[in-house]
Amino acid sequence: MRLYADSSKCCGCSACLVACSLNLFEENNPKKAALRVVPHFPEPGNYELKVCTQCGECAQVCPTGAIQRNERGAYFVDAALCDLCGACETVCPEGVMFVVPEMSEHSWKCDLCGDCVLVCGMNVLWIAEPSTQAA
Amino acid sequence: MNGYGGSILRVNLTEGKITRLPTPADVIRDYIGGRGFGAYFLYHEVPAHADPLGPENKLIISTGPLSGLMIPGAGKCDFSTKSPLTGGYAGSSLGGLFTAEMKYAGIDSIILEGISPKPVYLFIDDRKAELRDASEYWGKGSITVERMFKEQLGEEFQVAVIGPGGENLVSYASINHDYGREAGRGGVGAVMGSKRLKAIVLHGTQSVQVADLAGYRQAGMALFKACKDSDGLKPWQDYGTTIVTSWCDEVGALPTRNFSAGSFEGGPTLYGPVMREQIVITDKGCFGCPSPCGKYSRMKRYGSTVEGPEYETIGMLGSNLGIADIQDVAQANLLCDELGIDTISAGSAIGWAMECFEKGILTLEDTGGLELRFGNVPAVFELLQAIAKRQGLGALLSQGVKAAAKQVGKGSEKFAIHVKGMEQSAYATHNATAMLLAYMTCDVGAHHNRSWAITYDLQVGRELVVPEKVARIIWLQDFRPMFDVFGTCRLQWVELGIDRELYVPALAAVTGVQRSWEELEMVGARIWNLNRMFWIRENEGFGREWDLPAPRFYEEAPKTGVTAGQITRLEDVHKLLDMYYEQRGWSSNGIPTPATLEKLGLAELAQTL
Repeated sequence: MRLYADSSKCCGCSACLVACSLNLFEENNPKKAALRVVPHFPEPGNYELKVCTQCGECAQVCPTGAIQRNERGAYFVDAALCDLCGACETVCPEGVMFVVPEMSEHSWKCDLCGDCVLVCGMNVLWIAEPSTQAA
Repeated sequence: MNGYGGSILRVNLTEGKITRLPTPADVIRDYIGGRGFGAYFLYHEVPAHADPLGPENKLIISTGPLSGLMIPGAGKCDFSTKSPLTGGYAGSSLGGLFTAEMKYAGIDSIILEGISPKPVYLFIDDRKAELRDASEYWGKGSITVERMFKEQLGEEFQVAVIGPGGENLVSYASINHDYGREAGRGGVGAVMGSKRLKAIVLHGTQSVQVADLAGYRQAGMALFKACKDSDGLKPWQDYGTTIVTSWCDEVGALPTRNFSAGSFEGGPTLYGPVMREQIVITDKGCFGCPSPCGKYSRMKRYGSTVEGPEYETIGMLGSNLGIADIQDVAQANLLCDELGIDTISAGSAIGWAMECFEKGILTLEDTGGLELRFGNVPAVFELLQAIAKRQGLGALLSQGVKAAAKQVGKGSEKFAIHVKGMEQSAYATHNATAMLLAYMTCDVGAHHNRSWAITYDLQVGRELVVPEKVARIIWLQDFRPMFDVFGTCRLQWVELGIDRELYVPALAAVTGVQRSWEELEMVGARIWNLNRMFWIRENEGFGREWDLPAPRFYEEAPKTGVTAGQITRLEDVHKLLDMYYEQRGWSSNGIPTPATLEKLGLAELAQTL
């Protein structure tokens, strides 16, 4: 399973970011979310929503084995094992692996909780099996 | 301070001094936040009879306890000041992402005071706050400057900026944000310009604490679910506020040719579906909004883009000026945004000038050669520029219709469409007594958002002058602005029809204070009366006369459209006021009685009467 986003429907409201930070950190803080809303204004006038594809490249390069898979099949960060080396952030193709020492003592990423989907009024986000999606 | 940023940032522009103090607990208790904070600080900090554009006036920018949280529409920011347009209270609401960023920088209110010796901007990055030289931005348009800041500082910074209109002290200059969101009304941009503050740029990364995390997450999710389950969601997402354009035209509420009628023969080419099909490219929401009314549009004919136009702009810069093309309206909207002037007041001022021209009150000599007839699009574009620069006829119109009509005279006061000096927004109120009363008694002047009652008029009988109608207006005035106190949008309740009781557990879980709607409406009434007392304090002889609508709505029935021949008699206008004052607990001249003030916890104000 993975998270999908149809950026053309995104209105930039960022509700997904707060819902995400509440799940990952139990904090209200859009800067601590595992998705990114990238606005393109005034031209061409649209939003780009970056989400984790669960490609696993972060797990492959993690030298401490901190990035593991959960019961939903999503890669997540085991906080106790992360030493903030930043290797994962460098390889993430979507720019949604976050290593910000001043904000968190461990790196963070999407663990597929689905809360972002629940608060998105525009149906931008959904979770599906990659095979289903391709079909 | 659960739910709050926790501090008040005070910026003295005269001395260049910035201080940050804890948000006072008693102000939180009595006024909660947002618009409540604005009204409180304005009344208690600005000395009586301060010049709106002088150093003593303050501009107070406030978030609410729900701003920036996982609550639908948590993107509202209040801008309160003494208005240079009206001389009374101005409270203008800004959407977008500014309020959330402020909250995450740990700030509940920014209080701007004094006047800077040179143009500056306020830079805030979490705990850091400083005034910086703005000479490279001064003189430039608001959209241009926002782009410059984003390129220099990064997309994560949020920007509130004035355009040339604010710099040049146009009485209805706006403050602009997110390429098309505005604190538009009452001239808050002129106050910012008078302080020589070009912009506020801010970035916040601090987490916001809540009292009961699990309860808040549950209540927040319940609110989002209610929005997403609403039948009203899809149409509102498609059309936003423009969903009402066709309805207004059909019921005679669409301002047409300076409110001389309420139906426009060119209306159908301005309707929501036409706009969606012809120009809308992206839906654009404020923070946390599941039902974005913001529509981002591309005008192919002009090779430009704009956020909007919203219904109000379509009414005021479209039908009110006899313009029937949505691209023309959108381009006028873009000019207003870049110049930093309110589309509603600008549309009203130009509509008044067009009527003056067609009646021979203004001549080609006055207009600098402009054939200022209804429907003349190039003339509108030229006048908008002239207003922002305060040149030629634009200088006259930049003061607002009340002052302009007073200067020109010759009967033009009769069709200057305002209450208390604020131009009426885009609902024509011929024989629509509830909406008329809403405009007459609104605490900033003729604005619709406190009490939007035009649909109620149609439901119960538009001509009725009965106590129930008055009670409805008062209830809306006490209740709806509470969303501006929370720092959220009211439209999820208004347009999606979600149960307002869903906000009660959310507010309790966030702040740790349980308040019923009955108690919240009491806070609403307290703010309403405090603002009334501000008007009374600031204006000698303030009273009933100030609550009268434009004479057009009781003297001159429309000649065309569905409201042709319909009018509210002056006698009934006064009857509405009699009932309103009585139900509010005000004197027959519209002054709150000492008993009323005491009941609302404002006893100390009674001594000023």
